[in-house]
Amino acid sequence: MADIVWTFEVLANNFDLAGSASQVAKSRLKQLSLPTELIRRIVISMYEGEINMVIHADGGIATLTVTPTEIIVVLKDTGKGIENVELALKEGYTTADSQIRELGFGAGMGLPNMKKYSDNLVIDTEINVGTTITMTFKLNKK
Amino acid sequence: MKLREVSQILNAQVLCGEEYLDTEVLSACGSDMMSDVLAYVKDQAILLTGLVNPQAVRTVIMMDMKCICFVRGKMPDDKILEIARDNSIVVMCTKEGLFAACGKLYQNGLVGEGT
Repeated sequence: MADIVWTFEVLANNFDLAGSASQVAKSRLKQLSLPTELIRRIVISMYEGEINMVIHADGGIATLTVTPTEIIVVLKDTGKGIENVELALKEGYTTADSQIRELGFGAGMGLPNMKKYSDNLVIDTEINVGTTITMTFKLNKK
Repeated sequence: MKLREVSQILNAQVLCGEEYLDTEVLSACGSDMMSDVLAYVKDQAILLTGLVNPQAVRTVIMMDMKCICFVRGKMPDDKILEIARDNSIVVMCTKEGLFAACGKLYQNGLVGEGT
């Protein structure tokens, strides 16, 4: 079976739409009859990443690839980059302002959640160039 | 407990999803912080929150929850209700505060842990 690739544009500072790509991804993943728990891990991770792109970067592109063995989520932005990746991965560390907190985010759980729920997380970031986050989810774990 | 009983206990107004009020639920969580819900919640069926925005409903969708109940009398707008309707989510609104709403449901048998 050929890989399935879905691409979503994530718009900067559009709080009405923030999370809508993950919402669409969820309904499409459900149609593939994947295990519920796996779908949940994927969409939670993608949702956190999508919110990050809306609030911290200038939006970006989310790509979801379904292969016979894994699902890969790539979140690519051209934003300001992550200054200290190690700190950003620490639960509770945040650079979010009050506007972001009003959305219910900005608790410093975004990247930690993405790391927790994905089988592999790679963060490629450069200051003032952008960030690409690649998350992999194994289809047949254990 | 059925969602119908939840609405009665909280004296809540059901804003959409009346057709799902016979759904049985066992657990709930209360939070205004969606990242915490995404991090710690597992299989709870109801989110009680004072956060009224599309992200709150989307969090419920991501977590496979059945119902969102807005507390402190906060009313969601049509945009939020549309997202809920499209995803078969029951939306309620109660005048109770978050603490009291959670307490009443807990007292009546709902638990915090997912099942």
